[in-house]
Amino acid sequence: MISSLTAEKLVCVRGDKKLFDGLNFRVTAGQALAVEGANGAGKTSLLRLIAGFLAPAAGRLIVKDAQGESDDAEERGKSVGWLGHQDGLKPQLTVLEQLNFFAHLYGKTADGALLDQIGLARQADLPCRYLSAGQRRRLALARLLASARPLWLLDEPFAALDTSGQALVGQLMARHCGAGGIIIAATHEPLGLGNESLKL
Amino acid sequence: MSPFVTLLLRDIRLAARSGGSAALALSFFALVATLVPLGVGADLHLLARVAGGILWVAAVLAALLSLDRLFQGDFEDGSLDVIALSPLPLELTALAKITAHWLSTGLPLTLLSPLLALLFNLPPQPTLILFVSLLIGTPAVSAVGAIGASLTLSLKRGGLILPLIILPLLAPAVIFGAGAASLALDRLGAASALGLLAAFAFAAVLLSPFAAAASVRLNLGG
Repeated sequence: MISSLTAEKLVCVRGDKKLFDGLNFRVTAGQALAVEGANGAGKTSLLRLIAGFLAPAAGRLIVKDAQGESDDAEERGKSVGWLGHQDGLKPQLTVLEQLNFFAHLYGKTADGALLDQIGLARQADLPCRYLSAGQRRRLALARLLASARPLWLLDEPFAALDTSGQALVGQLMARHCGAGGIIIAATHEPLGLGNESLKL
Repeated sequence: MSPFVTLLLRDIRLAARSGGSAALALSFFALVATLVPLGVGADLHLLARVAGGILWVAAVLAALLSLDRLFQGDFEDGSLDVIALSPLPLELTALAKITAHWLSTGLPLTLLSPLLALLFNLPPQPTLILFVSLLIGTPAVSAVGAIGASLTLSLKRGGLILPLIILPLLAPAVIFGAGAASLALDRLGAASALGLLAAFAFAAVLLSPFAAAASVRLNLGG
């Protein structure tokens, strides 16, 4: 379990453009942080930076857990649950195959009740090519839950979802925080978690 | 099931399903190998002489057809992000994908080759040697191909530049592989050629996961 994630004077440069400079924030276990900003402000870049895909031009990201402090990107990636703006689903695989694949890849066993919870139980044997955008998003959420990681990085978690789907995301996020997890979400809508927000 | 096996089975399943590339590569290989005897004519000695070279080149080109999907598909739809964050190190991810690619294209091509060798009037002994050379050498095609596929990840039309990167690197495999069949046809020992081919394949499979993983890392950040 991670007790806190701290960014110290983080700088991100993409191409020859400086997206943000001297960014500081701190999120502790059970908290959520909403990352807000105009299109192109660097919200996704910040998430990719935290996940360890991108290296910061300067500054540090420090994860504190029971073992102590670490700023190793590879290690940080092993506690990240990722929900990118793309769903990462293969049209040829069925919903259940897709979920089982990701669960096993993360060394977990997929829980059958997960599809029920996410509202895709009836579509379990349907190839993903027949899913609507909202259903695909729900499946991506199920994958995030199956990964059972403490640090959730969410890129537009409410995108493409209907009202009940958005409510579901809200519940799942509240439960994750309640269980001591951390959420960092790039969003244009309020997360509704009584969280702090970071303006880019 | 371990993460490695999970990824391996999923890639094979994707290659075998509709829209996958396994059947495509196999048909391409069979068609090219059928067209050459039709084009060259009924000179049986000539056909037997060129069989090794033609089948090897056809096998490399057929494997190339499916290589651009090795990482590209997962990169474009975002799965590669999720796979990269899994407990499986990227090096092993690359090895799983190389193995899956070989099992779904290289191995079927090899199994089909004795049948196609008949079209070239290749005697049994050289056919056997050609079969063995493909069995040893096609893993190198998948392995070297993975380097090319990972380097061209962020290029939209990477499929076009991929052959330019990997074909020169595969020259040793074609030379030793086709050379082994040729030596056998002349009733000479093919062990030396097969040995060199095995050394090349061994080095390629051993080293390429590291190169491919490094290049995937760069592309995920890019």
